[in-house]
Amino acid sequence: MATLVRTAPAPPATQVSALLRLATAGSVDDGKSTLVGRLLYDTKSVLADQYEAVRQTSRDRGLAEADLALLTDGLRSEREQGITIDVAYRYFATPRRRFILADTPGHVQYTRNMVTGASTAQLAVVLVDARKGLTEQTRRHTAIAALLRVPRVLLAVNKMDLIEFDKDRFQEIEEDFSEYAASLGVLQAAALPVSALRGDNVVAASPDLGWFEGPTLLEYLETVPVSSVSEPTAGRFPVQYVIRRQNRGRTEAVEDYRGYAGTLASGSFAIGDEVVVLPSGQRSRISGIDLLGRPVDQARAGQAATLMLADDLDVSRGDLIAPADQAPVPTQDVAATVCHLSEGPLRVGDRVLLKHTTRTVKAVVRGLTHRLDVTEGIPAAGSVDARADSDAVGATGTGTDADAATGPEALHANDIGRVVLRTASPVLIEPYAADRETGSFLLINPDSGDTLTAGMAGDPLGVFS
Amino acid sequence: MNTASDRTTSTAGTPGGLTHLDALEAEAVHIIREVAAEFERPVLLFSGGKDSIVMLHLALKAFAPAPVPFGLLHVDTGHNFPEVLEFRDRTVAAHGLRLDVAGVQEFIDDGRLAERPDGTRNPLQTLPLLAAITANRFDAVFGGGRRDEEKARAKERVFSLRDEFGQWDPRRQRPELWHLYNGRHRPGEHVRVFPLSNWTELDVWQYIGHQHIELPSIYFAHSREVFVRGGMWLAPGDWGGPRAGEPLEVRTVRYRTVGDMSCTGAVESTAGDVAEVIEEIAASRITERGASRADDRMSEAAMEDRKREGYF
Repeated sequence: MATLVRTAPAPPATQVSALLRLATAGSVDDGKSTLVGRLLYDTKSVLADQYEAVRQTSRDRGLAEADLALLTDGLRSEREQGITIDVAYRYFATPRRRFILADTPGHVQYTRNMVTGASTAQLAVVLVDARKGLTEQTRRHTAIAALLRVPRVLLAVNKMDLIEFDKDRFQEIEEDFSEYAASLGVLQAAALPVSALRGDNVVAASPDLGWFEGPTLLEYLETVPVSSVSEPTAGRFPVQYVIRRQNRGRTEAVEDYRGYAGTLASGSFAIGDEVVVLPSGQRSRISGIDLLGRPVDQARAGQAATLMLADDLDVSRGDLIAPADQAPVPTQDVAATVCHLSEGPLRVGDRVLLKHTTRTVKAVVRGLTHRLDVTEGIPAAGSVDARADSDAVGATGTGTDADAATGPEALHANDIGRVVLRTASPVLIEPYAADRETGSFLLINPDSGDTLTAGMAGDPLGVFS
Repeated sequence: MNTASDRTTSTAGTPGGLTHLDALEAEAVHIIREVAAEFERPVLLFSGGKDSIVMLHLALKAFAPAPVPFGLLHVDTGHNFPEVLEFRDRTVAAHGLRLDVAGVQEFIDDGRLAERPDGTRNPLQTLPLLAAITANRFDAVFGGGRRDEEKARAKERVFSLRDEFGQWDPRRQRPELWHLYNGRHRPGEHVRVFPLSNWTELDVWQYIGHQHIELPSIYFAHSREVFVRGGMWLAPGDWGGPRAGEPLEVRTVRYRTVGDMSCTGAVESTAGDVAEVIEEIAASRITERGASRADDRMSEAAMEDRKREGYF
């Protein structure tokens, strides 16, 4: 259920994190570049020489005022075509937070860019033109944010000045959005009225929006909780690199050292924890934890750490260390919702590499069971065609070749679909809806090395069940 | 960090999450370890500049207590600041690292490169860099580039694939999702890796302060003979400055970036330590490159063009 948060209450200081990653989506027409430019400019993240360059270009184009949209224009090829071709990252800070903003273009053919930008985002900001309300594109962007399990989606209703700051119209759009977001299972949805061009309610409150009791866009960004909305998950530690130091051959005596380096994908680990190393299933106990050279008692999600085990086991890159009583089950059959990224198609029978956490394995595409039409957003639960009824694939259950008989022939760039994969060796994959780190994977072309497809294990949107 | 400037983000710890410096550090270490695990011959570009010093610091921490499993490469324009070269050599010796130096001067001496009329050697670094990559068969090259530096860099990937000519094609870059970095490449191709992609200039300085990282002295205010060219304070030296009509004067300056002496300008500053530098940057209204890099002012797309040709 989506909860519409109108007034973002200031959270206690202990919940304020210092870094928020957000993704923005919307088309040029919705004024997204202007909004991002406005955020950068009004938070003083645009410096004098950058602003001067924009003012000069605006003058060259015969504009009376500096066009803030130009601040986010990147490459010459884009400027020539007047489009944004890729995800661009922007950085700004206020005394309360540091922000990493993934700015993604809104054209239909660039679904993959929004998927990319949303993959690491803790918040998605979707723009609409107040005159138009929710469009196909708005629905698609919201659906992609839901698919990528971005915990929070904010609708910025822009160009309020062009509808005379009409409260009723805003509330109508807000209700449409709330309903749609809820149908997709967006965990937290909210809406704000703004005018990016004039700066109304972006950084400063606007007298023309006196009826709006919620925060400004920047206040919202500064106070929205960063933590994921779901329950704390069990510890997951994909082994990235084995750090060894041996006494042998040294002039001065040092203690032998053998530690498993990696980044905690989720949960936490403490000295003394009973753990299992997968896929081998060997058990041991954590005997030491180093945090970049400093011994600690505990490490938590997001930290780059080194774990030491009490027993001398054979552990290498690609293995997973998990709590002995909360370990995932190794599998060679993966059913997933995917976004195809590459220009070439993905077909049944394709041999690929599957890269999951620190493990890369050979895999074959056993089935393509669905392609979702996302022009109007991703269909809500239960609305997918009848083929879904015969699809009994679970989160990481088995698929059969029979699936292929009814599915699409291929997935093309920007298609979102359902695939069934068989891997050559076991992977420790879990449903993406439960854990974005251990539920995500890439498919890679083994010959060219190109990244083909972004995968989310299981059925993150619940549309196939 | 004890700075109270309004553009400085608090680094106060929070029980639930990581501070922004902790998060950026963990991300960079993750990237560095990925490269060590997946590539055969990585190398870290080390100029003695602050970004490469931070990168080396992260690499030392990433593999502690074992040594860093790759060496360093410096592209020396022949016009580097002596203080920086001294710092470079001292750092390499202190950590027992291996350093390769690719010299622009050598390429000019044997005719493979020609000196530019403006005397600037920054654009000349590309050829020696690519030659060193080929000769040593480096397959991953760590660079200290940050996306906040410049427009063309804002779209750079963390893992940036280069063809056998070292060229960067913005349209051929692989989408990068989650924390899954695809480093696969064909023989002859290599990958440039930017662990500091998500850091800003301010983050770098805050981290330097937080970790008590030593820097070359020219990053801090000192008295120096300088002259004006192209609106910048340049330091005299063998590289060819000053010319007639460019009078020398003594100013209290520091450097925001360190590069080739012919195109790296000093800024007037009294910031004598890291805390004062952070305050100065937080209050600055000019970008790092705008303030101190003549080569990026040449055209609106200067960096984009150099990147395409295989520049850092």
